[in-house]
Amino acid sequence: MAQVSIRKVVKAYEGNVQAVKGIDLEIADEEFVVLVGPSGCGKSTTLRMVAGLEEITSGEIWIGGDVVNDVPPRDRDIAMVFQNYALYPHMSVFDNMAFGLKLRKFPKDEIKRRVDEAARILDIQALLERKPKALSGGQRQRVAMGRAIVRNPKVFLFDEPLSNLDAKLRVQMRTEIKKVHQTIPTTTVYVTHDQVEAMTLADRVVVMNHGVIEQVGPPQELYHNPATRFVAGFIGSPAMNFLPVRVLDDGGLKVELANGVKLAVPPQRVDRYGPYKGRQMTLGLRPEHLTEIRDTEKPNVVRIDCMVDVVEPMGMETLVHFFIDGEPVCARIDPVTHSAPNEVLPLAADLNNMHLIDNESGKVV
Amino acid sequence: MADGTSISANLAAPARAAMAPPSGMRKFMRRRSTIAVLMAMPLILLIAGLVIWPAIYAIWLSMLNKRMTQFVGLGNYAFLLKRNTFQLVIFQSCLFAVTAVILKALLGFIVAHLMHNIPGKNQRIWRGLLLVPWVIPLALSTLSWWWLFDPSYSAFNWILNSLGFQSVPWLGVGWNARFAVIAVNVWFGTPFFMIMYLAALKSVPEQLYEAAAIDGAGPVQKLLHVTLPMMRNIIAITVLFSLIVTFADFDIVRILTAGGPQDMTHLFATYAFSVGIQSGDIPLGASVSLFMLPILAVAAFFVLRGVTRRTQEIAA
Repeated sequence: MAQVSIRKVVKAYEGNVQAVKGIDLEIADEEFVVLVGPSGCGKSTTLRMVAGLEEITSGEIWIGGDVVNDVPPRDRDIAMVFQNYALYPHMSVFDNMAFGLKLRKFPKDEIKRRVDEAARILDIQALLERKPKALSGGQRQRVAMGRAIVRNPKVFLFDEPLSNLDAKLRVQMRTEIKKVHQTIPTTTVYVTHDQVEAMTLADRVVVMNHGVIEQVGPPQELYHNPATRFVAGFIGSPAMNFLPVRVLDDGGLKVELANGVKLAVPPQRVDRYGPYKGRQMTLGLRPEHLTEIRDTEKPNVVRIDCMVDVVEPMGMETLVHFFIDGEPVCARIDPVTHSAPNEVLPLAADLNNMHLIDNESGKVV
Repeated sequence: MADGTSISANLAAPARAAMAPPSGMRKFMRRRSTIAVLMAMPLILLIAGLVIWPAIYAIWLSMLNKRMTQFVGLGNYAFLLKRNTFQLVIFQSCLFAVTAVILKALLGFIVAHLMHNIPGKNQRIWRGLLLVPWVIPLALSTLSWWWLFDPSYSAFNWILNSLGFQSVPWLGVGWNARFAVIAVNVWFGTPFFMIMYLAALKSVPEQLYEAAAIDGAGPVQKLLHVTLPMMRNIIAITVLFSLIVTFADFDIVRILTAGGPQDMTHLFATYAFSVGIQSGDIPLGASVSLFMLPILAVAAFFVLRGVTRRTQEIAA
């Protein structure tokens, strides 16, 4: 049981390339934190620095009240699950799971008790005598988790553990990981590039980009109140629509789209957006806030007509793609609504959920 | 429509074949296995001519009398086993091969590890340099060693003398000569082990070491629990291969000592040469050179069986 603190941590490689540019992060005891971001954003490097597999260029990492900068991985009392499982191919499942305990000179009966317990939690009791080669991807993943669980470490580290699994198994194992964390609450740092994994698993999500933390917060907060254009675009699928707009006063504060359509800013946002009058900004609107016209209309929902380009029926919803002055836009509509390519479709934009992004700073205002 | 016609054309051939069943000979020639054997025939003939025939001929030769006029069965082998010199040759060959292979494997393993830790471009240079002993024709490099071991004018004795020690008759005394022969073989064969082990080391996934580090393994435990198990196949194969080649070694002894002093460095190959070619008893020479065959064959069988089993276990 331990807190993890990352303070002003920098990782620079030869040639002064900075992979991680001085990040700060406090992780509470028993918290499940997910680091998410595109490839090369520094999330794996951060995790590996916590594990002790990468040296820290500057800054401090604390685990459970101790600075661990110069502590080798084996003395950090952490357990890690790797992307390709990293099971020892010459050892049986039992030996793979028992290896860490054997090295720490645990008594034999205690090792057996712990391995059996972990195998029971992960439902792999029948596989203990097998070699990793004889296991499926999902089973290997379970063994890798078992190897982490038996150690009963202070911190669990997961490095993209589900990316080698097929889509269906990934969803299933995601649930299992969450269940394991509920059964054995342990501080967990989990790295993924998949924002759905991040949203579903995390107590708090850390969005990283270009070696810096863009935003930290609970999944819902990140989704509804993104701090930057990057977070707004990264979290959510399909991604948020971004449209260049001009803020102007035309009988009330409005934003003008590139095609000349003016949309009235909701009254509760007028004070917030007032200072940006006359500026070129970016309007962010999630596809689910751009829907077919519904009977019961809320205030601040405005009509936009679009020329449909592509229609993607997903079953529970239909995605409609079109362009506003050359910018691609996606809307999510009810599947019963008729829509076809090259037809005009009237849509309702819910401006209560609009985001206005400063083009210079990239921040959501 | 071009696609449609080509499909119907393809369908026509099997249809015609189905209507008129081919004769027995044609059927035999059409079988995939027949075609495969025919296509491999040039290689089979080559191997039969260059390997199987000489081997059988050697076995036949070893069962003749000295004048090659009479079949004597296993008489030559029985005669050899009773001779003191040949008993010495068996002992020396085993001593030579086993000691040299162990030393080569050990040194190769250490050097491969050192090499593995040299970063990038420098590693290539060192790798190239250390491969040199293995690349130079052995007969030539052994001549240099012969000169180095020379009792009067050699570099080794010069160094010993300048440090205040007596000269050592490197090749003139039995155990010294045996040591010298083994040393040269180790010098020559270590690069082979090094390059094989280096390749094996590079193929061990880095994440296994990381997982072991997190599991609590230090350098020694990583070596024992990750590196060695992952390299077992390569180690087994290189040791077997090197054992066979070292048992059959000829050049080093022939050039350094010619089997002397007092036959104390003779190996199977040099003794076979001395008996068969120099003394003109070809059947006896053939039996000397065939002596190790059954033992090595059995060893090879067990080693390769273990390799296959482990490969099936490990290969993911």
